[in-house]
Amino acid sequence: MGFEKFLFYVFSLILVLASVGVITVRNPVRAALFLVLAFFTSAALWLLIEAEFLAITLVLVYVGAVMVLFLFVIMMLDINVAPVQEGFTKYLPFGVAVALIIVVEMGLMVSSSYFGGDRYSLVSHAADYSNTKELGSVLYTFYVYPFEIASVILLVAIIAAISLTMRRREGTKSQNPSRQVRVSRDDRLRIVRMAAEKNK
Amino acid sequence: METLLTVILILLKIVVLLVPLLVGVAYLTFAERKIIGYMQVRLGPNRVGPKGWLQPIADAVKLMFKEIIIPSRANRFLFVLAPMLSFGPAIAAWAVIPFGDGMMISHLDAGLLYLLALTSLGVYGVIIAGWASNSKYAFLGAMRSAAQIVAYEIAMGFALVGVLMAAGSLNLNQIVQAQQGSLLHWFWLPLLPLFVVYFISGVAETNRAPFDVAEGESEIVAGFHVEYSGMAFAVFFLAEYANMILVAALAATLFLGGWLSPFEGIPVLGELFAWVPGALWLVLKIAFMLLFFLWFRATFPRYRYDQIMRLGWKVFIPVTLVWLLVVGLGVLAHVGPWFD
Repeated sequence: MGFEKFLFYVFSLILVLASVGVITVRNPVRAALFLVLAFFTSAALWLLIEAEFLAITLVLVYVGAVMVLFLFVIMMLDINVAPVQEGFTKYLPFGVAVALIIVVEMGLMVSSSYFGGDRYSLVSHAADYSNTKELGSVLYTFYVYPFEIASVILLVAIIAAISLTMRRREGTKSQNPSRQVRVSRDDRLRIVRMAAEKNK
Repeated sequence: METLLTVILILLKIVVLLVPLLVGVAYLTFAERKIIGYMQVRLGPNRVGPKGWLQPIADAVKLMFKEIIIPSRANRFLFVLAPMLSFGPAIAAWAVIPFGDGMMISHLDAGLLYLLALTSLGVYGVIIAGWASNSKYAFLGAMRSAAQIVAYEIAMGFALVGVLMAAGSLNLNQIVQAQQGSLLHWFWLPLLPLFVVYFISGVAETNRAPFDVAEGESEIVAGFHVEYSGMAFAVFFLAEYANMILVAALAATLFLGGWLSPFEGIPVLGELFAWVPGALWLVLKIAFMLLFFLWFRATFPRYRYDQIMRLGWKVFIPVTLVWLLVVGLGVLAHVGPWFD
């Protein structure tokens, strides 16, 4: 257990530092990169409790796709930090109140008898235990209706997002490749017969 | 004591894998220059050593002694970190590639997912390099590459979903075992559209010609690594070639039967070549796929950016979706000899 415990503390330390970095660093791009580090380290923590499917999916979805798009947008925006910080003292009491409520709620949750650490002891499995298979067999049998409903909601969200952002602009020079391919010589070329001119 | 032995054994395996890989990367650059040279009726590099064979070593020595210049007002830490971020995943992905039955560093159950996750990390090297260089050209390159990689990763992921449906496993060892039988049992045949989509997406993902808009030396000078010099540039260069070898190795493992012999199941030839180690077949298949990378570069002009996006979103993703349906029906109906 010694080495695993050591790894756990190393990853936890990195995770906590990265999370603190996300909210303290001034530059938004660096904050996003700290968030990437936080995701990556929490994936490592999940690996320690043998949840390798979830860990890899976390990296794949959040680090590999979501944060890339996030960075993409943040890098394009030229965020001026000064006006954002102006209202800091004004909103400080409100912020502190929200933070306190969250801390109290979390404390109640974690310390309650339903969510105690002793209720969820770590189950370790043999080497040939397939995390992916187990998840799949539960997801597609026992939870099949919630799963389907969730996917329909996601589909609706996708279509809504596309229809909200799609606009046809006039005057763009975008091409229609199938029309371009179908063009034949007669559409574009006119052969003109003309008498040769004499150059004096 | 036992833990220490395991760690040493794993380290030894990594060294045994990495040394040939890095030599392969070095000589792939040489092969590229030679092959493209011959395709264009030139000789290619032929001065250093016999027939130019020491050229990659000369290049490495030259790059090592060059100065690394960090641009003014660049983010020093991220600037230095970016090349490593693009090289690391390309190397780490090799942990799950089998060179023979069970000959892999990590018997990861979700091997295919691990590969997808790692190949999607490589883009951070490009994005961070573009942002940290404090240069317009580098930034443009990073933006282009981010959009391109996100687009092609989806098609690539769908192509891999087809493979895992056909094999019924995410473990690469089992995927290769599912292709056992003969050359016609390999997945390239039932998954031909996915194979083509996967390989072209792989070319796009590695930012190679004709999808090399992130570099675009004739438009944005060298894209994301325009500000890099010396070893920092060399690491980007190595990452690109290591990624090429990785994509080729994955194509060979997932669609071309990995370590399996192509003569398997043929009466006389099968026994004649039975002694050849599986790793050799894998290397030959990787070399075969790598040739396509070089061939593409010598043949096609660079894609226009909107056409790249169109190909990725409007052609590849629908093609993979349709073929996933076909594979699903095939698996349901147990269409032999692949899905039974």
